[in-house]
Amino acid sequence: MENKVQLKINNLRKRFGTEVVLDGINLTVNKGEVVVVLGPSGCGKSTLLRCMNGLEAISEGEILLDGEKITAGSKEITKLRQKIGMVFQSYDLFPHKNILDNVTLAPIKVQKIPRKEAEERAEKLLRRVGLWKKRKAFPRELSGGQKQRAAIVRALCMNPEVMLFDEVTAALDPQMVREVLNVMLELAEGGMTMVIVTHEMQFARAVADKIIFLEKGKITEEAEPEEFFTNPKTETAKEFLQSFVYEKHKIQ
Amino acid sequence: MQDSGINVLFMGSNFLRLLEGLCVTLRISLISVILSIPLGIFFGIFMTLKNPFSKAISRIYLEFIRIMPQLVLLFIAYFGVTRAFGWSLSADVSATVVFVLWGTAEMGDLVRGALISIPKNQYDSAFALGMTKAQTFIHIVVPQTFRRLIPLTINLTTRMIKTTSLVVLIGITEVLKVGKQIIDANRFEYPSAALWVYGVIFLLYFLACWPISVMAKKLEKRWG
Repeated sequence: MENKVQLKINNLRKRFGTEVVLDGINLTVNKGEVVVVLGPSGCGKSTLLRCMNGLEAISEGEILLDGEKITAGSKEITKLRQKIGMVFQSYDLFPHKNILDNVTLAPIKVQKIPRKEAEERAEKLLRRVGLWKKRKAFPRELSGGQKQRAAIVRALCMNPEVMLFDEVTAALDPQMVREVLNVMLELAEGGMTMVIVTHEMQFARAVADKIIFLEKGKITEEAEPEEFFTNPKTETAKEFLQSFVYEKHKIQ
Repeated sequence: MQDSGINVLFMGSNFLRLLEGLCVTLRISLISVILSIPLGIFFGIFMTLKNPFSKAISRIYLEFIRIMPQLVLLFIAYFGVTRAFGWSLSADVSATVVFVLWGTAEMGDLVRGALISIPKNQYDSAFALGMTKAQTFIHIVVPQTFRRLIPLTINLTTRMIKTTSLVVLIGITEVLKVGKQIIDANRFEYPSAALWVYGVIFLLYFLACWPISVMAKKLEKRWG
């Protein structure tokens, strides 16, 4: 893997009012690297992702994508966002458009590519996730897993350089989690740079090149997955990992 | 002679006069609706602005129009304005002004409701795809708002058609007034004329409003 820096975060601080949500985050994501962000709920994981594509304005520090500064509300932000795909927990497909139109809307309107070309792109991607047959269906006619796969395709259709995933399986039934995670694994294998927030530990372990553990707005651990899962350094990380292990006799 | 009030309807040009009265009703309501819709859209967008000043103004306007019975508004516009400013508005103009003020307030509230019912996530996912605010508004917000609004707007239209019956009280000769005249003119010959005349007026209102509300139901189903 080449070691070109794709995304760099320097001393990022984010406050909501007086509450500090992110406190001095430093993070480097290399091209093709998959970073998984773990941490207890409310630790700022989602906010961190939303800062990365300028959906949240940051209070201090800087975020650089290919050396270009990401600033919420700036003129360049729409240009930069085209390089960063984001997928949300609640899918958020556009309910008034069918799947194909959901996927091709941004390439046509934002990147201004011809409809035909956008649809060819979309076909390739939709076939890859097994949704080409559903292209004329509306979001309400799909299952949660199908919706989430469509949402991933919608982001991919912009040919982004980085993909951000914000707990994309958290709202899904267990049997649908798999189909979505498979798509993400495949993407990772294809060399996509990804930052993933998830609560699927097995998946995190399998997909990550690097695990970031976030606690009260600070990165308290940064490690390779094997190391993090077998030998976490901080107490909180240990407890956090323990909370996913069920042992009958321990429950009182 | 046996009292058969139904004859009244076919005497002279009575039926035609009723239809003409209905035209007056529909004309006032349709002009009001046509003006209220665009004004209401602007007012609705205005209401969603975060500015406290615009919020206060729109709140006061909406509450004022809602609290005042339409009849009182009509009297103010027709009698009050003449007294206060010396402008002599015709009954037609006063009625239209009042119904436009009312329709704009109601329509504005519908537009506001439809706009704020679009989840924040819809904006986020559009922005995340690199869309500008304008593109998000045109391609995501407006189409969704529009679908929610159509049935509501149609319901408002039928309400306005029905409420225009109040204009009789500022002297406009609309369908109800014509009916009253016909009944009064035949009070002694056909005492039961009232039943027939009002029955026909009921039917006319029904024929004017029913297709509109059927259309609303259909659209609601299709886009619901």
